[in-house]
Amino acid sequence: MGKNSQVIFHTIFTGERLLLEVTLIYGFINSVILALVALGFNLTFGISGVSNFAYGALYILAGYTVWILVNQVSMPFAVAAFLSVIATGIVGALLYRLVLLRVRGQIISEVIATFGVGLAILELFRFMGFTGFEYTLPPFSDGAILIGNTYVDHQRIWIVVAGIGIAVGLYFFTHHTKVGLAFRGIAQEEKTALSLGINSDFMAGLSVAFGSALAAVAAILVLPRGTISVNDGYEVLINAMAVCIVGGLGSTPGVILAAFLIGYAQMITDVLSGPHWKMIVSLVAIFVILVVKPSGLFGKQKELEERI
Amino acid sequence: MAQKRKERIDRGIKVRAEDIFALTSYREMLYIAVPPAIPVVLLAVLPLLLPAYWQKVFISTAIFALLAMSWDFLVSVGMVSLGQALFFGLGAYASGVLDHYFKLPVWLTIPLAAILGGLLSTLFLLPVLRLRGIYFSMVTLVVPLMFERIIEATGIFGGTEGLTRLQPIGNTWLELYIVALAALAALFGFRRLMTSDYGLVLKAVRDNDRAVMGAALNIYWLKTQALFITASIGAFCGAYMTHLYMFVGMPAFALDYSILPIASAVVGGMGTFAGSFLGSFILVPLSEALRGIGGLRTVIYAMFLVVFIVALPEGIFHYVQRKYQQFERWVYVEK
Amino acid sequence: MHSENQFEKILDVRGLSKRFGGVRAVDDISFHLYRGELLGIIGPNGSGKTTLVNLITGFVTPDSGKVIFYDQDITGWMPYRIAALGIARTFQMARPFTGLPAFKNLIIPLYSKRVRKLLGGKYGDRDSVSKDLLEEVGFERDSAVITKAAGSLPHGYLKRLELAKCLALRADLIILDELFSGLSIAELASILPIIEKLLAEGKTIVMIEHRLRELFRIASRVVVLNYGSVIAEGKPAEVMEKDEVRKAYLGTEE
Repeated sequence: MGKNSQVIFHTIFTGERLLLEVTLIYGFINSVILALVALGFNLTFGISGVSNFAYGALYILAGYTVWILVNQVSMPFAVAAFLSVIATGIVGALLYRLVLLRVRGQIISEVIATFGVGLAILELFRFMGFTGFEYTLPPFSDGAILIGNTYVDHQRIWIVVAGIGIAVGLYFFTHHTKVGLAFRGIAQEEKTALSLGINSDFMAGLSVAFGSALAAVAAILVLPRGTISVNDGYEVLINAMAVCIVGGLGSTPGVILAAFLIGYAQMITDVLSGPHWKMIVSLVAIFVILVVKPSGLFGKQKELEERI
Repeated sequence: MAQKRKERIDRGIKVRAEDIFALTSYREMLYIAVPPAIPVVLLAVLPLLLPAYWQKVFISTAIFALLAMSWDFLVSVGMVSLGQALFFGLGAYASGVLDHYFKLPVWLTIPLAAILGGLLSTLFLLPVLRLRGIYFSMVTLVVPLMFERIIEATGIFGGTEGLTRLQPIGNTWLELYIVALAALAALFGFRRLMTSDYGLVLKAVRDNDRAVMGAALNIYWLKTQALFITASIGAFCGAYMTHLYMFVGMPAFALDYSILPIASAVVGGMGTFAGSFLGSFILVPLSEALRGIGGLRTVIYAMFLVVFIVALPEGIFHYVQRKYQQFERWVYVEK
Repeated sequence: MHSENQFEKILDVRGLSKRFGGVRAVDDISFHLYRGELLGIIGPNGSGKTTLVNLITGFVTPDSGKVIFYDQDITGWMPYRIAALGIARTFQMARPFTGLPAFKNLIIPLYSKRVRKLLGGKYGDRDSVSKDLLEEVGFERDSAVITKAAGSLPHGYLKRLELAKCLALRADLIILDELFSGLSIAELASILPIIEKLLAEGKTIVMIEHRLRELFRIASRVVVLNYGSVIAEGKPAEVMEKDEVRKAYLGTEE
């Protein structure tokens, strides 16, 4: 047991619940971040059935775009952010039009092709030298508020507020709007969707664009916490996939639950043993879910039952 | 009005070569014998001609050819692995550990690591085999990247520094020819396997696994077997490289080991094994030659990958094979 | 139900039920199957016929109920275990192994442990056995059809190929899901004798069919489904007289 844990127990038993409070609050924030990141991936891939393994790259692309617009074109942050979200959505749509459309239906090719594009984008940024401490995004507002005995900076509050808003919004979107329902339709029964007049290709493209835009929004919210790093692109993809695997591809509540489970587990291991073990938590989570319920917590795949 | 149209016809020599009377003619026999002989001759002769630096590249190429061919094999069964690096890394670390902590000799660590790596990978991926194929791809992508970070975080097995001063393979000629032999064995072995009845059954699993189950065959066991074969080959590659460089570290799980084999197979031609072989003999030396431009290499082979899979999915080998066996001509068709 | 004791009961389906979401696809279905008979399963579209077959052959797990084959409870078994016992089925959407030539399609069932066990050890030449089997179902021997890529076979041949796959498995119970659909009168005329020959060889056959006239020529009994339940059972002529059956197919006169 690390020294940290001894401190926790000591402080808990002496009545100072500071560390517990910190864990609870920052664990929540961590979970929301994971959920934010996973939801965009889930929208395109889990819900609409279109692979987009360039997701992490799009996240970073959005971040760098804002940086370039703010620092080299001197745009005000809000405008830059807005443009970046639109631009990333367009890149997503282009990705669909130029690449995915040609390999639609062959999942193997979809995955490989989008992953290749993502890889190219990320490594291009790395090659062009976008590494270093100067690459940061400004937070929405400076300052911190006090929750109980813990200081939480404003940016993190924005993340939580936006995160909850997006999660709720997504749920309504996919269950109660025409477009959202269409997204689900094309994944489940493409032919039926087509016969109902849903333009499957257009919808799929739209879902990739939406998912990409979501990635951009997540980037703008989360990146101000530190520097933009190319490796984050891979990290985002890994985390998004881990959360979706654990929560069950396609299930928004499942993804959110998984984000919280993993988010808190990560926070607790961070406090007890240090930040390096975060990845282990994700790996263990994947392993456990694969053994216990492979299709994910709320997974709708039911592969084991319907062998058809 | 007559319309032009392209027509593809088997070449005369191909048709003649398929006949038993081909045995009476040198030209027909050469037509059949030369293509398989090319890789054999290439691999036998190149090590003798290349300077030391390029010999190491040769070995790398053979290793990537093995990774690419085993990837191709797994795709034939319907599983797309985005993480050859997982098998490679597990094998690399297995042999490193067997060497460093147990002091086993090289001729023991490599085969043991191959089997151990294969077993561990298969066991880990077992739960995913019952799910939709995409889960397999996702898990294989994510797991090696996680292992990389875990080793960095926990410092086990040497952590970020890795395990050094491991035993070498020894003889340069052994280094070159063992891997060359392995690559050739894989090339001809896989081709033979896929035309056998067992290979047909495996391909059927990809085509229509429901029908295979209805034919009283346990598809999960079949998939497990295929996975074990690929994982063991990948682990062999990792173990080999560990002893070649006398070092194993986090880079054993690097994305490169997952991407380059896929790029080789896609560029060379999926499904043919000769394509994967060809692809790696193009991309790996190319990548070495372009060493100067550093990170841009990954961008380039990522682009190759995307272009080929979207626009030229048949790959180079299929194209070459088609040209070798058939010719095209314009034909006028009466409307 | 009059007793059929002189015939052996090989399949006992008891209270099988399955829901998909809100829909009760199969609702408490029970029936028996006797050795050597040809049982027809009929009913309007969506009455649960294919789901019933999926439940029996293991492709879908039931919510409740049992399936007993001879004395063995096979409820919820994996499809390949059930097939290994000798229950073969065709699929409604006949999809062969498209890349392979027609006769190579049969290699897959021939490769199974069941066939290898039954015929004692390794097969000498699976290719020639496949060709024999294809001939049995009506492929002309030594014709180009046998080596054609299965994906390009005409519809009638595809159906025969599906049947051949069941025969390759050396199945005792063969379940045919809409074998007759899409066949011309001539093709039907040539397939019926093949089925009769199988019955003569002692096989038990279950056929889901919409083409009732042809089915009634060979079926000894039929089970009628509607909305997932059995609404009638018995000899074809008797069953078609029943009101419930007419209503199900033709709708009521109200």
